[in-house]
Amino acid sequence: MRIKLSVENTQLCVGCQLCMYACSRRSGNGGLGLSAISVRSSGGMSKGFTIVVCRCCEDAPCVEACPEKALIQIKTGGIRLLKDKCTGCGLCRDACIIGAVFWDSVNRQPNICVQCGQCALFCPHHVLALTKSEEKTP
Amino acid sequence: MKTLRRVLIADLCAQSFHVEERPDLFSEYIGGAGVSSALLKEYQGCSPEGPAIFAVGPFTALFPMASKTVASFISPLTGNYGESHAGGRSAVSLRMAGYGALVVLGQAPFPQYLVVDEEGVRFEDARSLWGMKNCSTPARIMREKEGGAGLRSILRIGPAGENGVAYASVTTETYRHFGRMGLGAVFGKKKLKGIVLKGARETPVSEPALYKTLYNELYTQMASSDLMKKYHDLGTPANILPLHEMGGLPVCNLKQRTLSPDEATNLSGEHFAARFLNRRLACSHCPVACIHLAALRLEAPSEPYFYQTSYVSYDYELLYALGSMIGVTDAQNVLRLIDRVEQYGMDAISTGVILAWMTEAYEKDFLPHDLFGEEIPRWGHTEAYLSLIDKICFDPAPFFETARKGCAALSETYGGKDFALVFGKNEMPGYHTGIGAHLGFLLGIRHSHLDNAGYALDQKQDREVFSSPDHLARALLREEAFRHILSSLVVCFFARNIFAPDKILQLSQSINISLPDDLLQKGLDLYRAKLSFKEELGFRWEELSLPLRVCVAKTPGIQPDPDFAHKTLAAARGFLNDSSFSLS
Repeated sequence: MRIKLSVENTQLCVGCQLCMYACSRRSGNGGLGLSAISVRSSGGMSKGFTIVVCRCCEDAPCVEACPEKALIQIKTGGIRLLKDKCTGCGLCRDACIIGAVFWDSVNRQPNICVQCGQCALFCPHHVLALTKSEEKTP
Repeated sequence: MKTLRRVLIADLCAQSFHVEERPDLFSEYIGGAGVSSALLKEYQGCSPEGPAIFAVGPFTALFPMASKTVASFISPLTGNYGESHAGGRSAVSLRMAGYGALVVLGQAPFPQYLVVDEEGVRFEDARSLWGMKNCSTPARIMREKEGGAGLRSILRIGPAGENGVAYASVTTETYRHFGRMGLGAVFGKKKLKGIVLKGARETPVSEPALYKTLYNELYTQMASSDLMKKYHDLGTPANILPLHEMGGLPVCNLKQRTLSPDEATNLSGEHFAARFLNRRLACSHCPVACIHLAALRLEAPSEPYFYQTSYVSYDYELLYALGSMIGVTDAQNVLRLIDRVEQYGMDAISTGVILAWMTEAYEKDFLPHDLFGEEIPRWGHTEAYLSLIDKICFDPAPFFETARKGCAALSETYGGKDFALVFGKNEMPGYHTGIGAHLGFLLGIRHSHLDNAGYALDQKQDREVFSSPDHLARALLREEAFRHILSSLVVCFFARNIFAPDKILQLSQSINISLPDDLLQKGLDLYRAKLSFKEELGFRWEELSLPLRVCVAKTPGIQPDPDFAHKTLAAARGFLNDSSFSLS
C-alpha cells in the first residue's frame, strides 16, 4: 500500500490557502511557517493558482542530496526528516526542481511533506486528495 | 502573542524604521480597528502628510475568516477620521513578518515603495512606476522583483491616488481594496506607490489541543452550514433582486423607485453568474471564496478578430454604484465601468454617487453646459460615464478638481445639496431600505453601511426597534459596538453570525488572550474612544443630518424623517455620554 497526495483539479482552487494552514497546524501552532505545501497565484490572481506539493518521488532527489542521511524514504509513501541529523545545509531544497521542499526559516530546516493528508481534509473545494494504491515502493 | 505587540514604524522622510514593543496597546484596544485608531491618535501630529496606520488582530493567521487588515488615516474625503478594511493576504503577511501594526510616517523624497519583512523595512525606488495608468502593472513589477509568492501581499495605488482623488483606494491582491475614505490619496501625498508585505513565521498558541479542537468546529461550521451559502454561491450580488423587489435598491440617484423587471434581471447576481462568472477567489484562510471574477471580453476597436479580455471583480455595492445608481443596466457596460475605476484605483461607491449627482445637477441646470464636451452625463450613458471617470482622474479644470474632493464638495460649490447623497461627507452605500439604513450611515464611525448594518433592521421590520428613537438608537449602537469587537479581532463581518460573543471568548482562551466578559460594553468603549478622537479632529455630532432626498424618496421600511432622525441621534448621544449605559 502506498499513500500519496495528489492535486485533482487546480481549476477549482480559490487560493484560500487552508491547505497550507492545515499543514502548518500539525505542529499545534498557527500561521504558515511550517507548511510543506504551497499555493500561489499563477502570475496574478485572475490567472488562477499553482499548487506545489511533494510528488513523493519513487527515487527522491532530496533524499539522495542529503549528506547527513537526515531524509529517509518511507515505504508507504512520503519522506521523513530526522531533525536531529539535519544541519540546515539546504541541499535537499536545491535538489527538488519542482520546489516542493519548503523552508522553516526560524529553525533553519526543511518542511517535508509526510503525505498525511491534513491539507486535503481542509480543502473546501476538493482540489487535493490523498490516494492509496497497491504499487510498490522500490 | 509576542509578535502581535510589535509595532513597526517606518519614516519615509528620514528613510528609517524602528520597532516598538506595545503590549499596552493590544491589551487595551485588542487589535485591528481598536489599535490602528489609537495609533493614529498618537501619531497624527507627527506627520503633516498624515500617517497611514495598518493593524491586524489576535485571530489573524490563527482562525479562518480572520484575515482582514484595518487601516486608519485622516480621510482626505471627510477631513476627519478615516478607516478602511481590506481582505486578501495583507493581514496574514504582516503578522507572519512579525508585526501587529505598521505605522507609515512622512513623505518620501521621490516616489517609493516599501518592502516590509522580518528584517524591517526597505525603501525602494518607484519613480518608474509613478504615472502608470493601470494600477495592476506596478503590482506585477513589484511582484516580479520582490519574490515571496504565496506568502506575500502587495498594496498599491493607481493614478487616482497619485492625482489626489480624495476617494482613491489602495488595492491589494488585484481584487481587494482599502476602498473607502481615500487611503489612496494619503499614499499619493506621501509619494508612496505601494507596500510589499512578506512573512513566513509560525504563530504560536498557548493551548494547542484546545486550539485544534475549536478550529475544527469553526471550520466545519463555515464550510458545511448554510450560514455562508449566500456569499459562497452568487456572492453579495445575490442581494440585487431581493433588494430591488422590496424597493431598497437605489436607482438613478433615488429619482426613480425601481428598474424595469428586465433591467433588474440584467443586474442580478444570477445573470452575472450565468453569463460572466469566470473564477472565484478567496482571501487567505477563508473557505467561502466570495470574490467573484467576471470575464469581460470586448472586441478590439481597431482590428477584427482581436479581443481584449479582462477579469473584473463584481459585488453588490459595485453593481449598485456603477449600475442602478446611474441607470446603467447592461451587465457588460457595468463591468466596463468597474474595470475603469479598478484601473485608476478609485472607490466605486463614491465614484458612482458622484456620477449620479453630476447627472442630476446637469439635468437641473446647476452646471454649465459646456463643461463636459460631447459626452454629457445622462442616465444609462456608459460612454459619458467612462469619459467622466477619466476627467475626474486627470482633467485640471476647476470643476473636476472639485469632483476629486467628493460629492459634498461639489454640492457646496455648485449647489444641489438636496440631492447630494452624502452622510458625514462620505458617499451613500447601496441601501435605501428605510430610516434604519440612513441613520446607520450617519451614526456609524465611518458613515458606512458596514458600521452597524442599519439596513438589516429595515429588512427585518421589527416593530419594537422602530417604536421609539431610544429603541432604534440602542439597536444601532448594539450592532456598532459588536462590530467594533469584530473589526478589532479582526474578523470578516460576513462571519459575524459564527463569531458570536460566547464563541469569541472560547477561542480567545485557546490562544491566551484576555478579553472582557462583556464584549458589547468593550465594543461601545472602543466606539466612544474613536468618537472622542473624531471630535478632537473637528467632528460635530449635532451637525449630522439626512440628505433631503432620502427623506422624500419612498423607502420600503420606515420612511426617514428629519425629526425622528434628530431624536434618535440625540438619544444615541445621550447613551454614549452616560457611562452607566449598558447594552447587555
